[in-house]
Amino acid sequence: MMPKWIGKSNLLSEKNIVSLTSSISAILVGLLFGLVILLISNPSQAFAGFKTILFGGFTGGFKGVGQVLYFATPIIMTGLSVGFAFKTGLFNIGASGQFIVGAYAAVLVGVRLTSLPPSIHWIVALLAAAAAGGLWALLPGILKAYANVNEVIATIMMNYIGMYSVNYLVTRTVYDQLRNQSISTVAVLPKWGLTTLFPRSSVNGGFFIAVFMVIVVHILINKTTFGYELKACGFNREASRYAGINAKRNIVLSMVIAGALAGIGAGLLFLAGSGKHIEVVDILAVEGFNGIPVALLGMSSPIGILFAGLFIAYVTQGGFYLQLSNFVPEVIDIIIAAIIYFSAFALIFKNIMSKLIKGRKEQKQ
Amino acid sequence: MSTFYFLFQQTMFFSIPLLVVALGGMFSERSGVVNIALEGIMIMGAFSGIFFINACQTNFALNGQILLIAALCVSALTGMVFSLLHAYAAINMNADQVISGTALNMFAPAFAIYVARMIQTVQQIQFKNEFRFDFIPFLGKIPVIGPMFFQNTYLTTFLGLIILGISIVVLNKTRFGLRLRACGEHPQAADSVGIKVRWMRYAGVMISGALAGIGGLIFVIPTSTNFNATVAGYGFLALAVLIFGQWNPKRIFFAALLFGVMKTLAAAYTGIPFLSNLPIPSYFYKMTPYIATLIVLAFTSKNSQSPKAAGQPYDQAGR
Repeated sequence: MMPKWIGKSNLLSEKNIVSLTSSISAILVGLLFGLVILLISNPSQAFAGFKTILFGGFTGGFKGVGQVLYFATPIIMTGLSVGFAFKTGLFNIGASGQFIVGAYAAVLVGVRLTSLPPSIHWIVALLAAAAAGGLWALLPGILKAYANVNEVIATIMMNYIGMYSVNYLVTRTVYDQLRNQSISTVAVLPKWGLTTLFPRSSVNGGFFIAVFMVIVVHILINKTTFGYELKACGFNREASRYAGINAKRNIVLSMVIAGALAGIGAGLLFLAGSGKHIEVVDILAVEGFNGIPVALLGMSSPIGILFAGLFIAYVTQGGFYLQLSNFVPEVIDIIIAAIIYFSAFALIFKNIMSKLIKGRKEQKQ
Repeated sequence: MSTFYFLFQQTMFFSIPLLVVALGGMFSERSGVVNIALEGIMIMGAFSGIFFINACQTNFALNGQILLIAALCVSALTGMVFSLLHAYAAINMNADQVISGTALNMFAPAFAIYVARMIQTVQQIQFKNEFRFDFIPFLGKIPVIGPMFFQNTYLTTFLGLIILGISIVVLNKTRFGLRLRACGEHPQAADSVGIKVRWMRYAGVMISGALAGIGGLIFVIPTSTNFNATVAGYGFLALAVLIFGQWNPKRIFFAALLFGVMKTLAAAYTGIPFLSNLPIPSYFYKMTPYIATLIVLAFTSKNSQSPKAAGQPYDQAGR
């Protein structure tokens, strides 16, 4: 007889094991595809290059691992943003806009509110980032709920509006004219011992905050009535309305929470004290778009997203070292794209797996 | 008046690629497959087309309008082949169409940068713009219409308008168009009267691939002198134009035109004395196309005409 809590926790349930194995097979096929690309473009160096990808973040020793955690932090958050929206039946392609608006709020507070004590300053800046990100997702949420505007299009539009607004606001308020970017914030996240563990890397306490948010979102989605209602709206809006759930309010709230998560991701990156600034260029923030593959690979589950974010940061770090053997680091993006493509076949894969498991159970009986 | 002609010509450079790509998206969605990969397909089309032009210009193989036509064929073919990946995932593997589309969008720029840098070490692919007509004989002399359409123009502008005409006819007046629409509205019903739903959906996606490939090339040629693995979000904007245009070719045309006008004003407002004298920051002009799209969508989305079965894998058991 298993203890009751194991039966209740669904982390190791059949469904999750099937999801995990299909994600891992997608990763394997994607990596093989990457090997083929390397072999075609430069056969003599291909295997050395492939080894570099596999060793990824470990290539640089402890510093490398620290960098992996540092790069994983914002994409875990934007992955959570996209994944949370997915769970509630919305495709938030606007994490990029929510991210940059959050970044501006964090930087503005980080630069201006210097009267706050340092131990509180970063918290206020981070909360400002969350609020700004949530606010940026509020409009697409309202438009979706009350005017039936496709949230994909609305959030794409908000991406561009956010980018131009932030560029304008940065030049008006916190501008470093010489470098065409925002000035450095005074507020900096605490390190919480991580720099002693991973010397010379940019890792900081932000990683712990991201992990904490993963747990919060996990509990929110899986253990609360509110989360259940949100998911129910995602599955079937009409049925959930029939069951007395306020679907419109839930759509707006899902978007706002998703936006806040992306905003926090920006806060964690721009308050890291790693020399990262908002650059005034007409290019959408990549961290927002990188959240999409993280969410997809993590099957939209918060725990899955944590590992997917770490994995993608890990291979991306491998891409930096790949340049030493005369390869172009974009091969990593090709591999990630291939992994996402094959993970789209998960449905078929899941059916096969479930049949196998079922067959085995019937045999046992 | 010359300002007006200049703005009109600029508007065409922005509107025509949007029109062509949105029409492509329309064929895909009306067959029942949501194609969020338009951006990636545009990049692949532009990449292959510009690469082809670059190779021909350095080897003096082809030139002038013949080179442009050949490059358009290369782009269309590349787009079509690339879109097969999406079609296979969506139609054969019953995959989530948003996921496979996203994968294609990620793949395209990475692939373009990777190949360009592996072959020529820099990621930008240069080309000489030898395709512009400054003045088309006879036609360019026609008052008003001459300067609007036949001066400072490209072959691709006319190609875009021809594609619009063909799309209207194909979708509304042919057996193929009727069947395609049936597959996007009610595939089970279409299947029950003997229409091969999978084939029709393949056709829809492949048309969208070809048109998005062309769209990528005709976006890059008038607006740049090199290709840097990006089409500046135009694939996503085409998606907005498609929804704004309610999956209907004529309305897509007007949506693309409206968007092109605003984009032109954003890019060229300093040349318009009335606008440049206003104390409004340039960023505001850059934002207007997006804000306007949101406002228009807010008023027009209540009665969405989207194809009913778009995005759903076809399940034969559901008949």
